[in-house]
Amino acid sequence: MSTISLKIEFGGGLELLFANQRSHRIDIPCRVSTDNDTTVKELNEKEAKAVDVSYLVHHMRDHMLKERAELFMENGTVRPGILVLINDTDWELEGEGEYQLKNGDEVVFISTLHGG
Amino acid sequence: MAPRICALCHKAKAMLKRPKTGQQICRECFFYVFETEVHNTITQSHLFSPGDRVAIGASGGKDSTVLAYVMKTLNERYNYSLDLFLLSIDEGITGYRDDSLETVKRNQQQYDMPLKILSYDELYGWTMDAIVSQIGRKNNCTFCGVFRRQALDRGAAMLNVDHIVTGHNADDIAETVLMNIMRGDIARLGRCTAICTQGEDTIRRSKPFKYAYEKEIVMYAYFKKLDYFSTECIYSPDAYRGHARAFLKDLEAARPSAIIDIIHSGEAFEIKDEIKATQKLQQTCQRCGYMSSNTLCKACTLLEGLERGMANSGITDRARKKLEAEGPTPENLRTIPYFATPSGNPAIAVSIPLETAL
Ligand SMILES: [Zn+2]
Ligand SMILES: [Zn+2]
Repeated sequence: MSTISLKIEFGGGLELLFANQRSHRIDIPCRVSTDNDTTVKELNEKEAKAVDVSYLVHHMRDHMLKERAELFMENGTVRPGILVLINDTDWELEGEGEYQLKNGDEVVFISTLHGG
Repeated sequence: MAPRICALCHKAKAMLKRPKTGQQICRECFFYVFETEVHNTITQSHLFSPGDRVAIGASGGKDSTVLAYVMKTLNERYNYSLDLFLLSIDEGITGYRDDSLETVKRNQQQYDMPLKILSYDELYGWTMDAIVSQIGRKNNCTFCGVFRRQALDRGAAMLNVDHIVTGHNADDIAETVLMNIMRGDIARLGRCTAICTQGEDTIRRSKPFKYAYEKEIVMYAYFKKLDYFSTECIYSPDAYRGHARAFLKDLEAARPSAIIDIIHSGEAFEIKDEIKATQKLQQTCQRCGYMSSNTLCKACTLLEGLERGMANSGITDRARKKLEAEGPTPENLRTIPYFATPSGNPAIAVSIPLETAL
């Protein structure tokens, strides 16, 4: 199974949910399940899609998050109040969860919910 | 997807979608419009006059860090002729405020502004750590809120400033409007949306970020690589505010104008004269000279309860009666130093960054 390599960064206190580590390098599969199930062993190509940010968020919840998933995800996407940047661009300009990830992409998650 | 082009300069790649307008703009245009909008807020509300001494309430968090940076930028760009100071309150919370104060100390160097840190310990003789170890984690936010408000005014008086600016942003204000509505505190609604407030003899406080969205403040800090501290206060699970905030974020996700709409709703609540009449007249605290609506100010009341081992006496009427039944206030009770409003000369020397001191 071929994979791509990504750089994940956290800011604004969100790193506290991820072992208090701000920067992570991860490998994820190029083809993933359309329902974002991250535990599928044998992928049926009929139910497969190119890996996107929506899958990444599920992957992070299932395999990287150390505590309190409800502070990271809500209704199948990142919780309102968390900013996402893809290669330093607001993900709202990149199709949000539908953005198809490429090898070497850098995705930043910043919580805005922590005190001023 | 082809890169989108900035809606303002039509040259650079758009990197941000503005929550207010949906406009897609590049990094440089974003800096410019964000700063210009804050400048417009400042000039349209006549917040400052040339020569004003202004303290920035600095917590080390994102809002006050961006505020310090933007105030410095605008002061230089538009010749406001303000003397800017950083004012931090050290509540005495190990593992939280000590770390965030390190950020403020770095900001002092980075922004080349004098910094004054005033601690609860020196003002009240109690750190929040000590208060929590006595009273537990109930009502501790009441103590902290009352103590912080007075500490900021006193710190400002020590700096002899005319004005305190705080980093409250549009999201914070909308959240406070919601909370006041949910609590039925209509009298506070108008005041919480005011860009500038001033008590009888207190120092003016204003919110230059009143119309700045949290998303843009965080993006600004990120793009500028500003150094800020972001950890929730270890004692603060302010659950009520947390719910209001989550609710607001959900509303905003459905309709981005929700935040500004809520602020406008708050502004539209006019307090009728009958309600105003029931609000107590301001006087000064008999014991410490700070403004108060009773003979004793809130901080003195809370401090007496702490000192006499009956911390709840400042919170509930029942506990208050119990305290009074224990006898009069002891002569040797620890009190807060007498409050003097800014007069002519700075009451204290401030620590000045080394470069400017030389
Ligand atoms: Zn531009
Ligand atoms: Zn007092």
